[in-house]
Amino acid sequence: MKKFIVSPAPHIHSEFETRKLMRDVLIALTPSLLVSIYFFGFSAIKLVLIGAGACVLVEYLIQKYLLHSKITINDYSAAVTGVLLALNLPPNSPWWLILIGSIVAIGVAKMTFGGLGQNVFNPALVGRVFLLISFPVLMTDWTIPESWFRPGVDAITGPTPLSIVKEGLASGLSMGEIFQQNNFSWGEMLFIKMGGSVGEISALALILGFIYLLIKRVIRPHIPVAIVLTIVVLTSIFHLISPEQFTGPMFNILTGGVLLGSIFMATDYVTSPMNPVGMVIYGVGIGLITVLIRYFGAYPEGISFAILIMNSVVPLINKACKPKRFAKEVK
Amino acid sequence: MLKTFHIGGVHPNDNKITADAPIEVFPILDKVYISMAQHLGAPATPVVAKGDKVKVGDVIGEPAGFISGYVHASVSGTVTAVEPMKDLAGKLVMHVVIAVEGDEWRPEIDRSSDIVRDIKLSKEEILDKIKLSGIVGLGGATFPTHVKLSPPPGKKAEFLILNGAECEPYVTADDRIMREQSEQIFIGGKIMLKALGIERGFVGIEENKKAAIAQMKETGKKYPELEVIILKKKYPQGGEKQLIEAITGRRVPSLGLPIDVGVVVQNVGTALAVYEAIQKNKPLVESVVTVTGQCISQQRNLSLRVGTSFSQILDAIGGIPKDAAKFISGGPMMGKAVSNIDASVLKGTSAFLMLTEEQTKRKEEINCVRCAKCIEACPMGLEPWLLNKLSRARRYDDLEKEKIYDCIECGCCLYTCPSNIPLLDIIRISKAEVTRIMRSRPKK
Repeated sequence: MKKFIVSPAPHIHSEFETRKLMRDVLIALTPSLLVSIYFFGFSAIKLVLIGAGACVLVEYLIQKYLLHSKITINDYSAAVTGVLLALNLPPNSPWWLILIGSIVAIGVAKMTFGGLGQNVFNPALVGRVFLLISFPVLMTDWTIPESWFRPGVDAITGPTPLSIVKEGLASGLSMGEIFQQNNFSWGEMLFIKMGGSVGEISALALILGFIYLLIKRVIRPHIPVAIVLTIVVLTSIFHLISPEQFTGPMFNILTGGVLLGSIFMATDYVTSPMNPVGMVIYGVGIGLITVLIRYFGAYPEGISFAILIMNSVVPLINKACKPKRFAKEVK
Repeated sequence: MLKTFHIGGVHPNDNKITADAPIEVFPILDKVYISMAQHLGAPATPVVAKGDKVKVGDVIGEPAGFISGYVHASVSGTVTAVEPMKDLAGKLVMHVVIAVEGDEWRPEIDRSSDIVRDIKLSKEEILDKIKLSGIVGLGGATFPTHVKLSPPPGKKAEFLILNGAECEPYVTADDRIMREQSEQIFIGGKIMLKALGIERGFVGIEENKKAAIAQMKETGKKYPELEVIILKKKYPQGGEKQLIEAITGRRVPSLGLPIDVGVVVQNVGTALAVYEAIQKNKPLVESVVTVTGQCISQQRNLSLRVGTSFSQILDAIGGIPKDAAKFISGGPMMGKAVSNIDASVLKGTSAFLMLTEEQTKRKEEINCVRCAKCIEACPMGLEPWLLNKLSRARRYDDLEKEKIYDCIECGCCLYTCPSNIPLLDIIRISKAEVTRIMRSRPKK
């Protein structure tokens, strides 16, 4: 007789699937990726391919030869880490830089904790920060996106707007002079020419990805919105008090990976809070730490550190912020 | 704005394929197998023996406790066996088997289609007759209706809610009766208002049943004490606690009952059964069952006698469909998987659903990625991922603190989990354990 399935309810399942959600993150990153390829050509493609390939390979090798566990590379999560790492590096990074970053991201930050879902810190950010501390010169030498499709060899390199400002202020220039000398334009920052890592050239492309993630219900808006609003509010206050000393809100949102970080890194499921109130607290914390680092710290950008610091308190936030229960009282 | 509950919920494809198929009377076959466990609580005690002749409506089982109910013969003929038989899950339950001879009904039963509007009986007579007619809640839980209509001392009902939400995908039995017998449902509702001694009630219907809403609104003009409320399409809109919140804004407390917030909820099917019992002297011997699933060619709504077996229905639709991999009694979200297709239809059976392997197969479980989709889906505001984690560690104290006893087992968490973690399976087991521990504590 034919065998029938017998199992408890529910008997149907939604369309959600972890690998599809991960794949949606990759799709959401495509606009940014295309913009980088447009401006940096082969070097952008190279970094993304090496990053994704290396992360997947490292996970495979560890699972096969070290842990002798089930191979789970087909869940796309390692690929997402690799692509995010690539998008967080300077476009002219050498191939070995991202290889080292990938090994740290997957090998140290993810697999040592037990693989998918078990890590405390965002793997791609651990990889990035490791590189930032170990290779500070390479990690802050940014290609200026100027001419279109060309091999990355003779690209013009220079610092990001944030470090220009930080160094300018340190050398005694006024904010007005710095902006004048460097010819910063809001239009360029918004659409295309934001000097910075591979993935943050176009704010518009990142926002497009954000909208896609919201429509596909991959993420909820709380975290990115909380981060951006916190940065806007804090920098507005500082900027109003002393415009010569502190950069304004628009400048801070559009530079230094705030959008890439808040949309794609801070929303990583595993390392972010699970309840709406917690998400907001986490986002506000990231925004606050970012602004403090930028204004008073040694690093010009700060969001990577801010996210990693807030990652460490996520379990506490989850404990403290419970969802609204249906029943208010017990009979 | 349409009314709805405010926490969680999911939106499965509603697949109401049989919505436009009128209820057909299923022919009486040679034998019926009537289970004595037609209701929540103690199974009835059989009061017939092998060889007895019965007519439709004769009592064959009597209540074996306070929460129990009468069971009646659904066909006329000779009792051929009174013995334990397997129910749909394979558990042995006492059954009465009747070999059909003709279709002779007890004389007092009014089988005409005339609508009797005048409610003559008193409150006490109504409750008594509902009990004697073996009426149970037809929304799924099959709780004896007369018990639900008799609030415990100190509790007072303010509203009656007739549940026509039918939020389960596929199932269209309530949709059809609301379209075809709307006035009878209203009269049944009025009878229940009288039994409760109250004046006001609501009928909640999900927005996807346009024709039923139109029909009920039209008929409802004559019954202003029962207001038709259109509800948003969202599962589990028909969950008792969710429905009460959607319509009255009140929230049933943890471990509480609807009566704690002054509400009694009854399914529209139950209202129809109450009408038939009180106005037409007809006990509950028939059940409207949606036979559905994309893999079967003859999907329809059937009115059949309680005790007809699933295999008899299958024979009538041309055998087991080729692609059917899972048989479900009820809807796909809360229905029970049928492991024994020789089991029979109960009073509370609303659907016989067949799904293909493709539609129902569970995918491989992977690690929880803390995506929080289960939290977003849970209509009770619980954290299924955490309950799962604590359950696997058997931390029952913590599970109690996390209010696992609030779980209504609607299945939203398991339905939604992208990592295919069997959340509800695990929660159900530890919920039973936690409630057992709580009950075993000495009362203050």
